[in-house]
Amino acid sequence: MDTTLKISKIKDGTVIDHVPGGMAFKVLSILRVDDLHENSVSIGIRVPSGKMGQKDVIKVENRYLERVEVDKISFVAPEATISIVKNYNITEKYRVELPEKVIGFIRCINPNCISNAREPVSSEFKLVSRAPISIRCEYCERSMSEREILQNL
Amino acid sequence: MLKGNSVVSISDIGKDEMFELFKLADSYSRSVEQGQKIDSLHGSIMATFFYEPSTRTRLSFESAMHRLGGSVISVSEAKSSSVAKGETLADTVRMAASYSDIIVIRHPMDGAAKLARKFSSKPIINAGDGSGQHPTQTLLDLYTIRKELSGIDGKEITMLGDLRYGRTVHSLLLALSEFDVRINLVSPPLLRVPQHILDQVSSRIRIRVTENLNDVISESDVLYVTRIQKERFTDETEYNSVIGSYIVNSEIASTMKKNSIIMHPLPRVNEISPEVDADPRAAYFRQAANGIPVRMALLSMILGGK
Ligand SMILES: Nc1ncnc2c1ncn2[C@@H]1O[C@H](COP(=O)(O)OP(=O)(O)OP(=O)(O)O)[C@@H](O)[C@H]1O
Ligand SMILES: [Mg+2]
Ligand SMILES: [Zn+2]
Repeated sequence: MDTTLKISKIKDGTVIDHVPGGMAFKVLSILRVDDLHENSVSIGIRVPSGKMGQKDVIKVENRYLERVEVDKISFVAPEATISIVKNYNITEKYRVELPEKVIGFIRCINPNCISNAREPVSSEFKLVSRAPISIRCEYCERSMSEREILQNL
Repeated sequence: MLKGNSVVSISDIGKDEMFELFKLADSYSRSVEQGQKIDSLHGSIMATFFYEPSTRTRLSFESAMHRLGGSVISVSEAKSSSVAKGETLADTVRMAASYSDIIVIRHPMDGAAKLARKFSSKPIINAGDGSGQHPTQTLLDLYTIRKELSGIDGKEITMLGDLRYGRTVHSLLLALSEFDVRINLVSPPLLRVPQHILDQVSSRIRIRVTENLNDVISESDVLYVTRIQKERFTDETEYNSVIGSYIVNSEIASTMKKNSIIMHPLPRVNEISPEVDADPRAAYFRQAANGIPVRMALLSMILGGK
């Protein structure tokens, strides 16, 4: 039996699987799972995985992800698979994908960038590399590394 | 294509168009020298917004527009007038677009010209934004090299001084990477070209990084000098210990090739000794003068005057 199933079985909700070991916390913060979060959440941290050696798994009951949440998750867990569970069965399953254009949810690391000023625009980046992840600001052209992205997500 | 379009970054101008622009600049340069009146942009209005002080860039844009028979409206202190009232750059530009045919902007923040382009129905020319781009300076730098050395390909170009913060250096470096050139970057370790800029160019051109001007000076066709500001150093003794080796004097100039040139974006403080001015290799005042025909050609190609 799949070891991750031992964690718990949910009736309806979302499973975020194949998250790199230890990155579940980042995913939870993206999903804003905090003391006010009302749905049950089961978390497996560093569970054994055939493909990844170790992985984290997050299962959120009665919740389905928005596009921007999935995009954010792609930066902390580029290999993650998202499964949508309805009545104990997986009805949809897909892999996250790093977006070619990143609009609005990452702050440019350059404090002098016009996208950080009080102007009616969202931040805007282009994906320049997938491994290692690197994006470039469409305004100031500054590149951001994986570490910098995670700090500004 | 330049006609009707903004120039925010030097990469907005293709290489063919750049050479077309240089030819037009040559012809404007001759016309101005001969005192010929040009009226090709009669009836066109250029608006300038300088959120940061500038003498040379601003005057040369205004002079270029007047030379073409166009008119200029400008806010003398853009900073005090609109920013102080809390107006966004986006709103300022939307307003300016309805008052003019082309807008020239200098702004202290990186990427400001790109933002302006987004909100303007008229072409924007970036006259320098933050530590980002300064494409018209780059154009006149390239024009100067081409004119003084009759071509850019095959040349060895040495950039000296503050290579970390200077936007003219970054912009020029990116532009030169489209040519077949060799580049030497000479600076104190603290003031090297940022890695993210090097990453963009190092696969295309041969770059040599050194602290020592003597390593490269005798082979250089162009010595591009920039100022090192004291404020960049936290430690004054460190500044004093390095600064001397980055000052260009007659002795250094005399070790350069006969047909080489010394350039500087100006204003110069003490990084080139005044004694060098008389050397035929001192090209920096000719370089500054090139700002007029180059900007005339750019305005003319964007606004479509003949
Ligand atoms: N009803 C359920 N409740 C909770 N978790 C579930 C449920 N059904 C499946 N899962 C979990 O969802 C994930 C995907 O399920 P699936 O059966 O597709 O896994 P798999 O065969 O291991 O595929 P993969 O190649 O993605 O690892 C697994 O982590 C699995 O444990
Ligand atoms: Mg599995
Ligand atoms: Zn930016």
